[in-house]
Amino acid sequence: MSRALWILAVLLSHWRRHPMQFATLLIGLISATALWSGVQALNAQARSSYDRAAAALGGNRTAMLVSPDGNAFPQQLFVDLRRAGWPVSPVVEGSARIGTRSLRLLGIEPLSLPIEASAAPALGTADLQSFVLSPGATLLSPQTLRELELHDGDTPEISSSAKLPPLKAQAELAPGVLVVDIGAAQRLLDMPGRVSRLLVGSKDIGARAPLQQVVGDRLQLVQPEAETDLERLTDSFHLNLTAFGLLSFLVGLFIVNSAIGLAFEQRRPMLRTLRACGASARLLNGVMIVELTLIALAAGLIGLVCGYFIAATLLPDVAASLRGLYGAQIPGELSLKPQWWFTGIAISIIGTLGAASASLIKAARMPLLAAAQAYPWQQAQQRWLLLQGGGALLIFIIGLVLLWRGDSLVAGFAVLAAILLGAALGLPAILALALAAGERGARGPLTTWFWADSRLQLSGLSLALMALLLALGVNVGVGTMVESFSRTFDRWLDGRLAAEIYLNAANDQQAAEIKTWLKTRPEVRAILPGARAEVKLQDFPTELIGFADDATYRTNWPLLEHTADVWDRVATGEAALVSEQLSRRLHLSIGDHVTVPTDRGPWPLQVVAIYADYGNPRGQLGVAFNGLIKHFPDVAQTRFGLRVDPAQVPQLVEALRDRYQLGERSLADQATLKAVSKQIFSRTFAVTTALNAFTLGIAGVALLTSLLTLGQSRLPQLAPLWAIGLTRRRLAFVELMKTLAMAAITALLALPLGLLVAWCLIAVVNVKAFGWRLPFEVFPLELLKLLGVALLASLVAAALPILKLLRMQPAQLVKVFADER
Amino acid sequence: MSASRLTRRAFAAGLLAASLGSRRASAQGFAGLGGEAGGFAPVVPGRKLIFPQDHGPHPDFRIEWWYLTANLKDAAGNAYGVQWTLFRQAMAPGPQREGWDNQQIWMAHAAATSATAHRFAEKFARGGIGQAGVTAQPFVAFIDNWALRGDVAMAAATLSPLDVTAAGKDFSYALRLTSDHDLVLQGEQGYSRKSERGQASYYYSQPYFTAQGTLTLDGKPVEVSGVAWMDREWSSQPLASDQTGWDWLSLHLGSGEKVMLFRLRQKDGGAYFAGNWIGTDGRSQQLAPDAIALEPLGFTEIGQRSLPTRWRVQLRSHGLTVETKPLNPQAFMATSFAYWEGPISFEGDQTGVGYLEMTGY
Repeated sequence: MSRALWILAVLLSHWRRHPMQFATLLIGLISATALWSGVQALNAQARSSYDRAAAALGGNRTAMLVSPDGNAFPQQLFVDLRRAGWPVSPVVEGSARIGTRSLRLLGIEPLSLPIEASAAPALGTADLQSFVLSPGATLLSPQTLRELELHDGDTPEISSSAKLPPLKAQAELAPGVLVVDIGAAQRLLDMPGRVSRLLVGSKDIGARAPLQQVVGDRLQLVQPEAETDLERLTDSFHLNLTAFGLLSFLVGLFIVNSAIGLAFEQRRPMLRTLRACGASARLLNGVMIVELTLIALAAGLIGLVCGYFIAATLLPDVAASLRGLYGAQIPGELSLKPQWWFTGIAISIIGTLGAASASLIKAARMPLLAAAQAYPWQQAQQRWLLLQGGGALLIFIIGLVLLWRGDSLVAGFAVLAAILLGAALGLPAILALALAAGERGARGPLTTWFWADSRLQLSGLSLALMALLLALGVNVGVGTMVESFSRTFDRWLDGRLAAEIYLNAANDQQAAEIKTWLKTRPEVRAILPGARAEVKLQDFPTELIGFADDATYRTNWPLLEHTADVWDRVATGEAALVSEQLSRRLHLSIGDHVTVPTDRGPWPLQVVAIYADYGNPRGQLGVAFNGLIKHFPDVAQTRFGLRVDPAQVPQLVEALRDRYQLGERSLADQATLKAVSKQIFSRTFAVTTALNAFTLGIAGVALLTSLLTLGQSRLPQLAPLWAIGLTRRRLAFVELMKTLAMAAITALLALPLGLLVAWCLIAVVNVKAFGWRLPFEVFPLELLKLLGVALLASLVAAALPILKLLRMQPAQLVKVFADER
Repeated sequence: MSASRLTRRAFAAGLLAASLGSRRASAQGFAGLGGEAGGFAPVVPGRKLIFPQDHGPHPDFRIEWWYLTANLKDAAGNAYGVQWTLFRQAMAPGPQREGWDNQQIWMAHAAATSATAHRFAEKFARGGIGQAGVTAQPFVAFIDNWALRGDVAMAAATLSPLDVTAAGKDFSYALRLTSDHDLVLQGEQGYSRKSERGQASYYYSQPYFTAQGTLTLDGKPVEVSGVAWMDREWSSQPLASDQTGWDWLSLHLGSGEKVMLFRLRQKDGGAYFAGNWIGTDGRSQQLAPDAIALEPLGFTEIGQRSLPTRWRVQLRSHGLTVETKPLNPQAFMATSFAYWEGPISFEGDQTGVGYLEMTGY
């Protein structure tokens, strides 16, 4: 044991002599763990919210009994079913308004509530007696309580006649939901003796009578869904985040790998001495693993803390985009489970050992005596280049096959990964070729040396350059995609939001009043009624929107593909516009037929146009307004768009607001809506951009650390040049040029790679993830900017080693010749 | 005797309140059952029990139960045990409120035991909406699809005949219970004292049921017949606060007589003994505490618990010594509040069958 400790002490002394190298190792590990765990925390946070929202008492995780028309039914059916052996529990649901905020009000019966349905475990241990007995309690998430600016024990009014039972915060509840006892809910929602649905517990409690026999056809069984709608819809978003997390993790491991590799090379003499002193190879390797694990543990912990801060910083943006895009409610505070910490540490250790495996294997196989010579690790470079190049080719081929055969989002990301990995692996070979070409074209001894030495340096720098290539490539790719998107989106939004004012009345009666009043106003040129209905087409949540037959749509609505008489056909009620998402999902093209299930039976529609519907996770069908009303007679007809002389918009909005007390959500002018939409999208990409910047930063660090560690080992190469008369200043300049040249070549290579990545994102990943495709555009100015950033990053990274060289004492250079090298 | 009976029921009723998370209450004995009656109707001596009215619920009192155990055999001579219990607990005193506002909570346990299997289930329900409840006439006690129901021909004085049904995931039973003996009033004409401090309950029993019907265990139905014992009890404040648990037995003696006895274990290590001897004529005779001796003979390990499942029972006043053994030592009720309850048989001065209940281990 004490021998192992001594060996550990000797091994650790290396880091004391090379603090920069140790810092490199730590930085690599910390950044890898931080970004990875940060992204994991974000995903976990979002997922747990979906789970809560879904499993909670109203979601689709539990089998349910509902009436065929979806309306409430007598609670006697609940009693009848219980008496027939059914493990059912009644739920009353409605909405309640506190101030201006509309919330979901759920009435539950805690004694019969199936365990799997109460996503909030605290419901079981909460003081049931005080929940059930008057005055009862209103459970809600702490976040919602804060947002409402209310406190535990408050009893806010939800109408002039109804007051909620005292509020009580419950951390496990989904935001935006109020949970009360079923009796209270029936009173609050004015549903005496009626329930909205029955949850069916999954626990087997013995034989039960056939459903039909107990309730006839008054109730029907709805089977639970394995996945919630929210999960389905947001999957792509999370996959996106995960992909970025993984990328950052890999880039971080590049750094770790290079640091450990270098340390191993430098420790060869030390290892040899230890072996010669009697330490067995196995013991030595064991201690090295312990050493790395300790370092990984420490770095992993720091990384987790950083990851926590990254997640906390990004969470508001993530929450905002998830809310904006999918309507998903994510609490604004991170709550992390213990397994997050464990996986974070595990990932750090596994990553370290993975990155160190090559070095460890080498150490294990090291012959006792041959280790004496610290030979340059550039040896066997040629063979490595060939191997790596072959690997790159193979990965490219796999990517091509995936592109050709794959049909899923995962395949899309795999293509992306193949492109990036292939490019990274191929980089050293390409750089070697470029440097060899430079060498051939060189004149004069110094220039020739310049190129030749660059080639020699290549393997030492290649990992850092790979990291730089990846970071730049992804930056170019994502930047191009985001830019393409924002331009397309602006144009599309202009066409889509053609009406000047959008209005949503509180109810049909108010809608009628407003319409009558608007008709008296001269500045209103047209009133465009709108209506929406929700259906499921082949299990895909789809909304139907009704169009009035109006010139506004004919001239403005942006269509991707259409027949000549598209709007006339839609007006007949027999044809529909199909959103791009829906057309891809259901494989619909112009001329195809789609049948929509409606309240009044199936509604056959012919597809006459496909239109872009960016950012909508659901499918959409545009149909004639009259047709929609005919097939869904109960839909609210409270929405309309107004065509108004633009100059008159503010006055009209003001007048409407005063007259009908319409809030922000109910009345918006075009400019506001556009601003909100753009804000949602910029926030969505804010996360991507932030992760992007992190990645680029890490790549810069990788370059810096590689250069620093190389600096020391390159003295033998530089000393002779200095000895034959090159000044240190000249030497430093040459060194700087070399670094910049390699970075420049890498950056240039990153441009086509980035465009390829952008194409892959736009044409493969986006299509799979969101169901829409953007026009692909190239932005040369952006590319130039990034090129500049890359060179700047390399300049900064190279500065420190160069300065060191500049200030190096001549004695140190002379010493090279004295040392046994 | 009545103390024991009430005690064991009170424990279960206590679990009801405990499961409602009433932490403050559970600090005083079982869910406050050792506390003041606070607004509930008091149990007073001299009240005459009237049937069939008293077969029905007494919502002014805090707790109440309908409790049945049966020792059965199939045609091949294999022994079985069956338990059916319905508890009522009022969360608050005062007039009965309508619908979901009703303050009554109902809980039920059912179990079926053979030498190799022990199956059980529990149910909870709120009062006021018809999911669970009891009516005196026609007599029916029910929760979900479990019921203890009087025949149209049921006589109020014998509580017979009754049909009892219950079903769980892996068992079910349907039995007919008949008796030509009148109900047995416990204590002083049904007023059963619990302590010097005045705790008491109203209490009557029907220990003379014969049972017949079908028992299905793990999908295999068998025709069974045997004897059954039913207890009815209600109170508002039945328990002392220093009890840690109890060992309770009911014995159907071969002679046709019935014995009920228990040992109440106290925090200080002491124990309180009590019991009743019920003659074939239905007359009940209180046993003197020092006439009862209970001695564990064998233990069964169930999870972390060690339970004395075999006993030597001595009733010196009646010259009776028997040794009991469980039909199935694993008859553990892993319900919200766990306890051991199962059929036993005994040998010695008399042979016969009965039920054993142990809590607080």
